[in-house]
Amino acid sequence: MLDESAFDLRRMLQRNSASVTVWAVLFALIVFGLLRYENFGSAYNITSFLNYNAMFIAIALGMCFVIMTGGIDLSVGSVAAFTSVVAAYLSPYGIQVALPGAIAAGLAFGAINAFFVIVLHIPPFIATLATMLGAKGGALVISGAQTISVDWTSNFTKLGMENAAGILPWTILIVGVLAVALWIILEKTTIGRTVLAIGGSEDASALMGLKVNRAKAFVYILSGGCAGLAGVFLASGFGAGQPLEGIGWELSAIASVVVGGTLLTGGLGSVPATVAGALLLGLVFNILNFENGRGTISFSAYWQMVIRGGFLFVVILFQARLMARHQKAAA
Amino acid sequence: MDQTVSIEKPPARLGSRIHGGLLALVLLLVFNALVTPNFLQLQTLFVNISQVATIAIVAMGMTLVIATGGIDLSVGAVMALAGALAPLIFLSEFGVAYPALGVAVAFILPLIVAGFCGLFNGAMVAVLGIQPIIATLILFISGRGIAQVLTNGNLQTFSNPAFSYLGTGKILGLPFQGWLALAIACVLFLTITRTTWGRYLLAVGGNERAAFLSGGPVRRVKIGAYVICAVLSGLAGLIVVAINSASDAARNGNLMELDAIAAAVVGGALLQGGRAPIFGAILGAIIIQLVKYTLLANGVEDEVALIAKALIIVAAVWIQQRRKA
Repeated sequence: MLDESAFDLRRMLQRNSASVTVWAVLFALIVFGLLRYENFGSAYNITSFLNYNAMFIAIALGMCFVIMTGGIDLSVGSVAAFTSVVAAYLSPYGIQVALPGAIAAGLAFGAINAFFVIVLHIPPFIATLATMLGAKGGALVISGAQTISVDWTSNFTKLGMENAAGILPWTILIVGVLAVALWIILEKTTIGRTVLAIGGSEDASALMGLKVNRAKAFVYILSGGCAGLAGVFLASGFGAGQPLEGIGWELSAIASVVVGGTLLTGGLGSVPATVAGALLLGLVFNILNFENGRGTISFSAYWQMVIRGGFLFVVILFQARLMARHQKAAA
Repeated sequence: MDQTVSIEKPPARLGSRIHGGLLALVLLLVFNALVTPNFLQLQTLFVNISQVATIAIVAMGMTLVIATGGIDLSVGAVMALAGALAPLIFLSEFGVAYPALGVAVAFILPLIVAGFCGLFNGAMVAVLGIQPIIATLILFISGRGIAQVLTNGNLQTFSNPAFSYLGTGKILGLPFQGWLALAIACVLFLTITRTTWGRYLLAVGGNERAAFLSGGPVRRVKIGAYVICAVLSGLAGLIVVAINSASDAARNGNLMELDAIAAAVVGGALLQGGRAPIFGAILGAIIIQLVKYTLLANGVEDEVALIAKALIIVAAVWIQQRRKA
């Protein structure tokens, strides 16, 4: 009894080696940045960094749940682009209308994904690829392929451009609340445990009488809703609904989730580590920007894609090792 | 994971699948003949054949990869990379000094580079055991980036009749790349049906573990499928560049992975693996191209065409899943 309740640091480290690694690397990068760049620790850099990355964290959180069931959601970027247009159209009615409206649009796309995957038995990768195309086409149709300017007179842009109590951006605050809520759902509720069980073995979960379809519907709809939230942040933070934005966001989200130590095969995952993964990914680009500013290196936007791919490669190699260890431990 | 897909295809089912595809094709043709202006003209045929050829060539490679139970998202990026390399080579000092050799190298080197891309994908999947979607995502992102870094993001225009033959040449009055696609299809068909590699390809997709336990060279077969797919993508990239007499790394092969997957699936490839209908991929490519053409020729906007493509993919996979069940 005493053993189980006592806090054993070594055992915790062993069990969460991936999570610990990502937090450690994140910490190291922050220290590196603080020592190397003058303005790195400035309030401006910190708030704008958090504000900008809030939407990526939101998407990564949804993606994390989908991946934990062994699925994938490639539609998040297009859905965010679509909902940013929706939010821009609703912006004259204020944030109290635009926020729920855009999230509802995101939830609807999530429901379409869930329908494809659960009812039509289409593999998640194909189903969400189709939704990605559909949402992209839809965004271009409803916007007329133009960026849609938001209404600056309403309170809509406050969300993306101002800080709560003058300290933290509203966006990161909302994402923080979302992360905590999802963490509790994953760790403490039936549906959360079912999500992990499905990723471990869907057949076994179904045979045990777990509500597999309900949990799968939950993750895809959640992911759509998170993408909807990111769309609101995008429109509010940049002052426009952007139908062409969101390309490659699904990759960033997948990378964040993977960096956070969530197994791509499902069955294992952590909400805080996913947040750390998204922050780490954002920080890498923040630091690259600072290096660019110092003139030590200079690269075009094209290099960013190469670096992004290279980063994903490293992360995947790391995951492959982790997965092998996980399998060995299971066997 | 169910591994119960049989390698032997029941003849009756095969018939119905091909009939389904052919029926769709006939319906599309009849619809176009009635509705689309100027459809029944030789020019329309040429335009469509040259478009179909590139989709079909990539779709055949994709069919091989799908036959192993995998998927290759990087085909479009590999097209861009190969397409960016060719003009760089024959426009270089070396290429200008030795034109004949320059064009030859401009054909061969991009295909070799593409082959290495395939080797990378295949090794990630077969040796490290990474899921194909994720493994090929790496080159999907960075491949096009590399192509853009190489060309500084510039559009490379050129005038090189020898190289452009790949895209504009004609044999017996029909576009060269159409014949090329047909020749590739015949070679791949014979490889799949007549060689041990082909049998193992289907066996790996049907039941990887069984193929491995029975001593099949699972890794080599899988890597081979990715390499062939990448080389064919590279070839398609060269064709696109040859057709346009220009290489645009940002657009060459953009969204090709979707067309190729759609064509392969419409042509009867099972996403679970174990089946490699090469001529089905060509049929699928024709259908995909005709749908695109129909929408375009009738003034439907590109954006709506995207949604139509999404629906085709979902419908094709849904029908497939129902057949399996």
